[in-house]
Amino acid sequence: MLELRDLSCGYGRSAVVQGIDLEVGTDEVVSIMGHNGAGKTTLLRAVVGLIPAMGGTVALDGADVTAKPTNKRVKDGMAYVPQGQQCFAHLSTLENLRLVADGRGRGKALIAEQLDMFPALKGLLGRQAGLLSGGQRQQLAIARALITEPRLLILDEPTEGIQPNVVAEIEATVVDLAARGGLSVLLVEQHLGFALQAASRYYVLRGGRIASHGETGSGAETDVREAMAI
Amino acid sequence: MDMLVGQLLTGLSTGSILLLAALGLSLTYGQMGVINMAHGEFIMAGCYTAYVTQQVIGDAGVSLLIALPIGFLVGGLMGFILEALLIRRLYHRPLDTLLVTFGVGLILQQVARDSFGAQAVNVSVPEFLRGGVDILGTTLPKTRLFIMALAIVAVTAVTLVLRFTPAGRRIRAVVGNRDLAETAGISTRKVDAATFFIGSGLAGIAGVALTLIGSTSPTTGQSYLVDAFLVVVAGGMGRIKGAVIAAVALGTLQAVFETNSTASLAKVGVFIVIVVFLQLRPQGLFTLRTRSLA
Repeated sequence: MLELRDLSCGYGRSAVVQGIDLEVGTDEVVSIMGHNGAGKTTLLRAVVGLIPAMGGTVALDGADVTAKPTNKRVKDGMAYVPQGQQCFAHLSTLENLRLVADGRGRGKALIAEQLDMFPALKGLLGRQAGLLSGGQRQQLAIARALITEPRLLILDEPTEGIQPNVVAEIEATVVDLAARGGLSVLLVEQHLGFALQAASRYYVLRGGRIASHGETGSGAETDVREAMAI
Repeated sequence: MDMLVGQLLTGLSTGSILLLAALGLSLTYGQMGVINMAHGEFIMAGCYTAYVTQQVIGDAGVSLLIALPIGFLVGGLMGFILEALLIRRLYHRPLDTLLVTFGVGLILQQVARDSFGAQAVNVSVPEFLRGGVDILGTTLPKTRLFIMALAIVAVTAVTLVLRFTPAGRRIRAVVGNRDLAETAGISTRKVDAATFFIGSGLAGIAGVALTLIGSTSPTTGQSYLVDAFLVVVAGGMGRIKGAVIAAVALGTLQAVFETNSTASLAKVGVFIVIVVFLQLRPQGLFTLRTRSLA
């Protein structure tokens, strides 16, 4: 599904992330862990094309998309939920969803499906998205990404800064989505428990490079903690 | 009382002229943040479009109605080309954009001078817009009423497009968060081009309308440019309703100050009021209410 080969990226001339080889298979959930500043978000931004790759390649379903703009990668089946519960703050909740559904044949049905998945949003459709709580905005951000009918969902710290009861809902949603099939997930997450429970494989980033990787299961948490030097 | 009504009507009339000149800028500057010093020349292009259309067609009434959509296309096309060739390479470089578009404005003025001469030209006012209408004891020229009506139609159309159409949603999304818009599958390049086309097209329409109240010369647009920026800044960046209120307020202030002084002194008075206002409220009349401006 997703294949990164020797990928380097950063800002200006300084490479934050270097020599990344990473794969996400079909219907697979893969976690990326690492401390703040390890380069996780920078790596995801390069994967979706928000910053250019300094070297290496990004391939989606075997096709090289390294030079494609982000909106084309989204059309190719990549969806990205950035860090920080980002939404279009001055648009209403419904407008945030319609923005992505516009031009899709099943637009209304797709919105209805997401409202069934996140029923808390149903009563907030007319509210300006910037006035929603952090948890509601995160649900809106995931719903907006899913309306694009992705084959690869990229989530950047979906539970960061969210009240605990909503965290549990979001974790359950991610696990549920992965279990349905037809969707691969690349998950950046600080909560080791969730990251290792949801994923079948993991990568640990340290200093912009892969410090460790393997399959989740017994011994994985010890390995991750050692790689992160916790 | 009559004097107050008269000043208010004159203010509304001046305000609608300001609003027409500023509406396009509220998209290109207010929404996109591009300081386009050539906006005045797009207004000037609209003026000359009205002039040329009348030269070709002859009938003042018919040519005015035809010139309005043509003016939109001419202004829009000029803006589209400017965005594609220059401004696209200068996003996030406001000072460079200012200098480049100032240079483009000078070039366009010279092109107009070479094409139509340095002397001002006049467009005949159609028969149905000659004379005045008595409103509450004050006589307003029909041309000014026409411009008021056109400003209302233009503001309504822009508001409806931005608020209720997919294209409008895309424009508002790109203005709000470019990266996030890309991740929503929106081509920000195409939206930038479309926004600039519409904003510059509105300047073209303003130009056509302004030929009803004044003559046209290569520097016509310059006289409206500063006022248009003032309207957008005082109204609050990117807020159409702010631009509407700011335009009417500035027009009324100008009318009130002109009652007891000259037009030049009135302008100085308006500038002083705006400077004081922006000291107290730098964000302008309206801002976005959000918990997070992500």
